Amino acid sequence: MNTDTIAAIATAVSNAGISIIRISGEDALSIIDRIYLSKGGKKKISEVNSHTVHYGYIIENSQVVDEALVLIMKGPNSYTAEDVVEIQCHGGVVVTKRILDIVIKQGARPAEPGEFTKRAFLNGRIDLSQAEAVMDVINAKNDYALKSSIKQLQGNLLSKINEIRKNIIRDIAFIEAALDDPEHISLDNFSEELLTHVSESKIILEKLLSSSDEGRILKEGINTAIIGKPNAGKSSLLNVLLGEERAIVTDIAGTTRDTLEESINIAGIGLNIIDTAGIRKTSDIVEQIGVSKAKKWIEEADLVIYVVDASSELDVNDRDIISLIENKKAIILLNKIDLNIKVKEEEIRNITGKDVISISAKEKLGIDQFKDTIMHMFFTGNIDFNDEIYITNARHKQAIQESLDSLEQVVRSIKDQMPEDFYSIDLMSAYERLGTIIGESIEDDLVNTIFSEFCMGK
Amino acid sequence: MGIRMAYIYESYDVVVVGAGHAGCEAALASARLGLNTIVFTISMDSVALMPCNPNVGGSSKGHLVREIDALGGEMGKNIDKTYIQSKMLNESKGPAVHSLRAQADKMEYSRTMRGVLESTDNLTLKQGEVVEILSEDGKVTGVKTYSGAIYPCKAVVLCTGTYLKARCIYGDVSNYTGPNGLSAANYLTESLKNLGIEMFRFKTGTPARIDKRSIDFSKMIEQKGDDKIVPFSFTNTAEDIQKEQISCWLTYTNEQTHEIIRENLDRSPIYSGAIEGTGPRYCPSIEDKVVRFADKERHQVFIEPEGNYTNEMYIGGMSSSLPEDVQYKMYRSVAGLENAKIVRNAYAIEYDCINPMQLKSTLEFKNVKGLFSGGQFNGSSGYEEAAAQGLIAGINAALKVLNREQVVIDRSSAYIGVLIDDLVTKGTREPYRMMTSRAEYRLILRQDNADSRLTKIGYSIGLISEERYQNLLNKEKMIQDEILRLENTNIGATKDVQEILDKNNSTLLKSGTTLAELVRRPELSYEIVKGIDKKRVDLPDDVKEQVNINIKYDGYIKRQLKQVEQFKKLENKLIPSDIDYNNINSLRNEAKQKLVSVKPLSVGQASRISGVSPADISVLLVYLEQLRRS
Repeated sequence: MNTDTIAAIATAVSNAGISIIRISGEDALSIIDRIYLSKGGKKKISEVNSHTVHYGYIIENSQVVDEALVLIMKGPNSYTAEDVVEIQCHGGVVVTKRILDIVIKQGARPAEPGEFTKRAFLNGRIDLSQAEAVMDVINAKNDYALKSSIKQLQGNLLSKINEIRKNIIRDIAFIEAALDDPEHISLDNFSEELLTHVSESKIILEKLLSSSDEGRILKEGINTAIIGKPNAGKSSLLNVLLGEERAIVTDIAGTTRDTLEESINIAGIGLNIIDTAGIRKTSDIVEQIGVSKAKKWIEEADLVIYVVDASSELDVNDRDIISLIENKKAIILLNKIDLNIKVKEEEIRNITGKDVISISAKEKLGIDQFKDTIMHMFFTGNIDFNDEIYITNARHKQAIQESLDSLEQVVRSIKDQMPEDFYSIDLMSAYERLGTIIGESIEDDLVNTIFSEFCMGK
Repeated sequence: MGIRMAYIYESYDVVVVGAGHAGCEAALASARLGLNTIVFTISMDSVALMPCNPNVGGSSKGHLVREIDALGGEMGKNIDKTYIQSKMLNESKGPAVHSLRAQADKMEYSRTMRGVLESTDNLTLKQGEVVEILSEDGKVTGVKTYSGAIYPCKAVVLCTGTYLKARCIYGDVSNYTGPNGLSAANYLTESLKNLGIEMFRFKTGTPARIDKRSIDFSKMIEQKGDDKIVPFSFTNTAEDIQKEQISCWLTYTNEQTHEIIRENLDRSPIYSGAIEGTGPRYCPSIEDKVVRFADKERHQVFIEPEGNYTNEMYIGGMSSSLPEDVQYKMYRSVAGLENAKIVRNAYAIEYDCINPMQLKSTLEFKNVKGLFSGGQFNGSSGYEEAAAQGLIAGINAALKVLNREQVVIDRSSAYIGVLIDDLVTKGTREPYRMMTSRAEYRLILRQDNADSRLTKIGYSIGLISEERYQNLLNKEKMIQDEILRLENTNIGATKDVQEILDKNNSTLLKSGTTLAELVRRPELSYEIVKGIDKKRVDLPDDVKEQVNINIKYDGYIKRQLKQVEQFKKLENKLIPSDIDYNNINSLRNEAKQKLVSVKPLSVGQASRISGVSPADISVLLVYLEQLRRS
């Protein structure tokens, strides 16, 4: 019953191996035709035999994006029983994302969680006995997508989208209230006001979209929490990694009152670094909030970097931290080895059973070894993160683009002097699409807004 | 109730309880489909009574009336016979929101409808109060009246309106009566609860009526009807029903009015907590408006005649449950009402109704076979909403007895579909009123094309005559042919063409185009391009209107038709009635509970239940496929 064409990144996204972008649906072949260039430049993918592999380039605006192998599996003899195209590329995370974007621009829709599997089952390609598993996959993936989507939304993005939606629904409510009760509420001159509102919303959405091209709607990468007692040198470490004085560094314990978030790139691996307030038993309320956040971040992190001050003895606070990271992927950095060492590598390795590296953030000692350890963990699959984030990001971008298109249509309708009731149709589409980003459906928003904001009735 | 001796009185196919707007449509539909039908009313003087506003139609409600007519219902015909003023609202807006509204002569409306019922074959009208629904093994077997008389039957349609345990209140005065002092129905609720039906308590209200002779109209603005009226019924032409119209009047509340209200708020039963029912937000009492919209300096008040042969004027916009003495001062503070003689006090009314989520989309109760319901009893408000549900409930009760397939009108076909789907799928916590914004496909659900959307369904049900059906087919052919002709008529940039364009402030042609393209221009229309159209044959007005709308809004209409196509895919995926949601492990618990309680007919309906996510729908689709294969 689904005939539209979907796309997603089908492999774990890493900088190491090969990534696969999978496309399924009736436009899969025509989409690849438009973005594939064979070595000789003449081959048309839609004309080749099914179940064949083709070497060539993925292009956009006649520019080569990456070289790729393209696999063609025509329906019904494919995973989903629809026409399926797989693009194998090896250009790393950035290129993989870019190819997915190109495929979507050419008309594919970002797949919903578990959608390939769902189609495969609905089209009879997956055995009946697997039905339960299919349903589980759909729900699990959806759960993760929802959670990661809300969690990873950039803070101001959420508030911007909420604000735009609030403005849109109010305008719709005004139009609808006037249509419902024309003898009480007049729409005279409203279209000019609406044009201003819509133009403002459009500017904000356009900005969001252009920043999203740099992959910033959702933060992609390994969520990494830097933890440790106050003044263990967490911020100094971050500054070394960032190569700038980003965090406030002082000698007074407890300076980092809130968590700082930074994205760094170690040999192509993206890390979202959370520099947490030092964990220790504290009576300072502001700091307590930071500490409880840090605990939460440890829970949610894909990787924990625990900074230990080698110049002071392990105490009750260290033991608290060690128990918090017991079941986490973690690297322990024994910092301040340039000072008088009171904690030995062996000692802490024995307590925790984790990798321990001696460093001096101040003297920039041991940093390369630390980076190598991260790369090793990533490429051996010891740390990873859920790739759903990439496809969620693509979905968000598309939702913003479609909202923009709808608002553009409103502007056109206003300029064409269409009657006001036409405006609310496209305003509503924009409102709905933006709602999908923040995980909200419309339900009774409109009717509630009409009644709460406008006085109507007999 | 058990004390009085029970005995068998007469058997019927279908029993309708209540003869308000829902009951009348239900009874007529059933009788017209050939079933032996009886309709009970508390009083023979309250058939099709309009206890509140003296008008029919209005925004989106006008759509409902046109749809009722297109299906073969009576409301449109009845208001065409008894209107005293007619107006098309939103004429300057798009065709989707044009809405017809007519002021009714209330008594004439009621009397005329009663006449129709009395002259319909197979239909018995009877004064009496139904106190018990009789059932066996979860299936309706009959009803019992207050006197103990039992009427065995195969189906029952409940249309009790606002009468169940009704209580009318103003100030500290509280009467246990239905509207207009009519008897309340105090016993049926108990019987329904015994059947396992969940009841709600809702509230609504009505303003005072004032003697025309005591009103100073010179201080008000006259509101006239349209010169050229549009009938509600597709069976009438404007010429058939044109008549001298009566005016309404507009005046305003003022700061003094609001002051009187504010000073006496503590005496309002709503604010003192004496009223427990949930009232509608869209028709707030004047005290509600003053409190909730405190910054408004004045509120509109419409003075509407209640009929040709009465002095009573309805004070639209000022419903209230304030005490009598406050009402007196409050109304008299309004310009033109300084010497007002109040004929009937304003009051609020509380009544029992059901949680409509207990109903199927056919308006039959899920847990009692053969028991149907419609109207305010289902938690809606308004004459038109009531009539629409009554019609569908009556049709389905009859079809059930006839062993024919039930009729469900979906959201993409009619406002009636939106109304019923909202009620049974989403439920309501206040009296539900129709609004055009509730219809997602409103460009297609216009009041002007209700016949194209529904008359074929009415014909297949058996409520539309062969002649009317053939007329519709003819009309549709004329529309299609004319659209095709305009799409294919090329227009060159000739001098007379440019002249007409220039005259209408339309961009001059640089190259050739089609007539249809010209009609699409915002400043032009089918009527305006007549001068350029050499081969035009004069067509009936309703055909011209369709041609114009369909060409002009072609792009938008096509977009909505595409959405409808998507909608229908899920709507056509039916869910077996014996499905066990608890068996589907991957469904979230919230979704399971909601699905179990709503029992949606289709995946489409399931997707509209609040608390059921898109992922749950995917899981459901996979499960249904699993069922199909095994």
